[in-house]
Amino acid sequence: MPAPSLPTTFTRKRRAPGVGESVLRPDGIPKVKGQFAFSSDAWVEGMVWGRTVRSPYPAARIRGIDVSAAVAMPGVHAVITAEDVWGSPTYGLEHHDQPVFASDVVRYHGEPVAAVAADHPETAQRACAAVVVDYEVLEPLVDAEAAITAAPIHPAGNIFRHVRIRHGDPDAVGEVVVEGTYEVGMQDQAFLGPESGLAVPSEDGGVELYVATQWLHVDRDQIAACLNLPRDKVRLTLAGTGGAFGGREDLSMQIHACLLALKTGKPVKMVYSREESFFGHVHRHPAKLWYRHHATRDGKLVKVETRLVFDGGAYTSSSTAVISNASCFAAGPYLVPNAVVDGYAVRTNNPPCGAMRGFGAVQTSFASEAQMDKLAQELHIDPVELRLRNALKTHDELLTGQVIIGAAPVAECIRACLALPMPEPLSEDAPAMMLPGGAGLTALRDDVRRGVGFAVGFKNLAFSEGFDDYSTARIRLELTPVGDPTATVHVATAEVGQGFVTVAQQIARAELGVHEVVLAAADTQVGSAGSSSASRQTMMSGGAVQAACAAVREVLLERAALELHLAPADLVLEEGELVTKDGRHNVSLVEALKAGPVEATREFHHAPTDPLDENGQGNAHWSFAFAAHRAVVDVDPELGLVRVVQIATAQDIGKALNPLAVTGQVEGGIAQGVGLAVMEEIIVDKGRIRNPSFTDYLLPTALDMPTVVQTWIEQPERGAPYGAKGVGEPPTISSTGAVVAAIRDATRLDLNRIPVRPDDIALAAAPERSR
Amino acid sequence: MTEQTPSDALHDPTTPDGSGREDYPAPGAGPDVLAALESYTLAVNGRDRDVTEAWLGESLLWVLRERLGLPGAKNACEQGECGSCSVLLDGRLVASCCVLAADAVGSQITTVEGLSGEGELSDVQRAFVEEGAVQCGFCTPGLVVAIHDVLHRNPRATELELREAISGDLCRCTGYGRIFAAVRRVQQERAHART
Repeated sequence: MPAPSLPTTFTRKRRAPGVGESVLRPDGIPKVKGQFAFSSDAWVEGMVWGRTVRSPYPAARIRGIDVSAAVAMPGVHAVITAEDVWGSPTYGLEHHDQPVFASDVVRYHGEPVAAVAADHPETAQRACAAVVVDYEVLEPLVDAEAAITAAPIHPAGNIFRHVRIRHGDPDAVGEVVVEGTYEVGMQDQAFLGPESGLAVPSEDGGVELYVATQWLHVDRDQIAACLNLPRDKVRLTLAGTGGAFGGREDLSMQIHACLLALKTGKPVKMVYSREESFFGHVHRHPAKLWYRHHATRDGKLVKVETRLVFDGGAYTSSSTAVISNASCFAAGPYLVPNAVVDGYAVRTNNPPCGAMRGFGAVQTSFASEAQMDKLAQELHIDPVELRLRNALKTHDELLTGQVIIGAAPVAECIRACLALPMPEPLSEDAPAMMLPGGAGLTALRDDVRRGVGFAVGFKNLAFSEGFDDYSTARIRLELTPVGDPTATVHVATAEVGQGFVTVAQQIARAELGVHEVVLAAADTQVGSAGSSSASRQTMMSGGAVQAACAAVREVLLERAALELHLAPADLVLEEGELVTKDGRHNVSLVEALKAGPVEATREFHHAPTDPLDENGQGNAHWSFAFAAHRAVVDVDPELGLVRVVQIATAQDIGKALNPLAVTGQVEGGIAQGVGLAVMEEIIVDKGRIRNPSFTDYLLPTALDMPTVVQTWIEQPERGAPYGAKGVGEPPTISSTGAVVAAIRDATRLDLNRIPVRPDDIALAAAPERSR
Repeated sequence: MTEQTPSDALHDPTTPDGSGREDYPAPGAGPDVLAALESYTLAVNGRDRDVTEAWLGESLLWVLRERLGLPGAKNACEQGECGSCSVLLDGRLVASCCVLAADAVGSQITTVEGLSGEGELSDVQRAFVEEGAVQCGFCTPGLVVAIHDVLHRNPRATELELREAISGDLCRCTGYGRIFAAVRRVQQERAHART
């Protein structure tokens, strides 16, 4: 007998599943069935294919561009260059310094020079090859340190920003001093869904764009300026977004597709290949970092001095904010009374760099955690104990002079992480696949050494430095034709995989006591949600949904109060009905909604922050999140191969709104941290990317991924909905440092560069073994 | 990693004319690429599907997605490295980006859309949803197909065998933890059903 189907009508006593439960994602079923429409799935009758012509040189002068052969090819509808950009010729997140198409000078390998629309992607590819660009090749500026004083390669100069922090007594000296120089390679976000979208010209002379992005409104504003159109004629709708991790904060194909659509009068689809994707988005900044830590004999930090040079590549992107984060969090989650920080983000002819998960804190965490280990060794103190002695807590002061007023459970994270179970020792008969090198079957069991490392990290949540950070939500509550109360949530929040769609439904259900919560398409027909970055959407868009629901509830309470001849304050909304506080009188939601739908739009702004002053001091950040990581690795020192066995982590999350989703964020973030530690690097040689493919840019596979054991510290954050903190970035920040510390433990090598390459271990280890 | 094989104009500017374009016919040298077109029939998810006037260079992935309205197989790398385009070709797991569509004539093709009926979920699909194995979802269809395949061939696969079996399927969001949880659940459910 088939199970009776559940009644679809609203039953007022059924409790809506609320926040704090592992509610399933609403897009899960279409995604497993292959029916979820990603941006590269967009299709419309009569569309043509766009493709980009890119510079093969990192630095060149363009003497001329001849598009005549491409234009003449059958099936080609348009070829456009900088001459066809009728609006602003440049765009950018922080400064509009990046050309839509290079016209006179090319500043990085892969910079767009022209774009083509054709009726078949193969035709478009051949037309791109037929565009003749006359380049005068120049010597690229590829050394970030040299760029600080080199002749400018852009009218705006080579220094994007110098962040100078002088905190406490810059001349303070500790009894014990350790110094080190560190280097971070260029990591790629490697989201799986390539840059793609569909631009459709509209009858009013505007354009509709269906696109995968992180921030619809900032995309729209940049596109509209370059198209010289009013903003309301550029309408963006979020298409299914196959991951982001920071790599979709900057524009990629958006302006090109819109220009081609307006020029041809046809819908234009653009989909980057994986190779093009490596050239089509910004990466994590490579960095060189010098540190000097001062401490007392009993292991209290006295001063941290550091000089950071972040290579921002050819255009600003978000370099100015990345270097600010790197500088503000340069000393890690420790109380440091005195600090001298000079952070530089500079322009070179290397690939442009910008946002990636962790946003500046990743690079400095790797270096400063290595320094803490070095200091522990010098002091003969256990490295975890040294961290505990200096751990930040609420009411402590940061390098910026800001006093933390929210939750800062650093010591709690450290202790909880340490208490997590260790993995089993490597067995004597471990299968070869379990040894470092895995499928290569190269390592010998007896050569393998195990190491354990520890690291702690933190960063800010949401936007900082005086930016008015907000999100907008519109909630409409109404009766369906069959009389069920249904809430529609309209936000422009980019769902990039993180699961905001689930959290939005959970909040609306909890606040309004309804089961049916529909998510309207994210688009620019509602106010900005801000970016899906900085671990901010659960707090910011979650806060907006909560506020808009509260406004809807107010109206319902007023309606019920009128009915019952009471004051709204006498009533509460509880499990689908508006009841007096003594529970004696009630009006059902259905009754209250018979007077018509209730709609409210609200913004959530976090508490204001201040810019940094000339000494890098100020209340620049709103909220912070912390995490501790312990890594266990197996290393074959002779071959330089590493297998990461286990990562244990305790993370400060405020409150888990959806435990299953938090679990996934922590595991996924750790995967990216492990990748940066041991395998992920874009190899840039004289400005040219040498490995733009998943064959040569290695991502952690199911065989590479360690076991993750995790626990959370839940101390509610003030001013955040339900006390929740963002959870996306902390897993990525210090997991890298923990892995490298574990490799150091196994090998006794310094290992001051990530990713740690086999050569860094094998060639360094060789002399020792020969003795 | 010192030298790369040039693969397109962007990749290597060291070709004789400095343009890196030798992979492609010279401009204007040949006829329109769409001038020589073929029509053929593919057997997809148990149905014959006509492909009309198609360029023979099109991959199976592209034809499924763009000509047959089956976008479930995904285009994450289009060079056989990521597994997101996985389909079954006569029951064998293949990367559809690396198969020419016209070469698949006469084979039975099963895509993610063909694994379960309308409104239904396979056990693997259900476990993915309920165990939190889905985040952005771009790798999901390929992984679902690959896990159907490995559990069909090796129902009692050990964790190491499973890890190896899906090591050709890249996931950038999940760190694979919830994916393993989903696979373990399907194995338990199927083992329970066998007893």
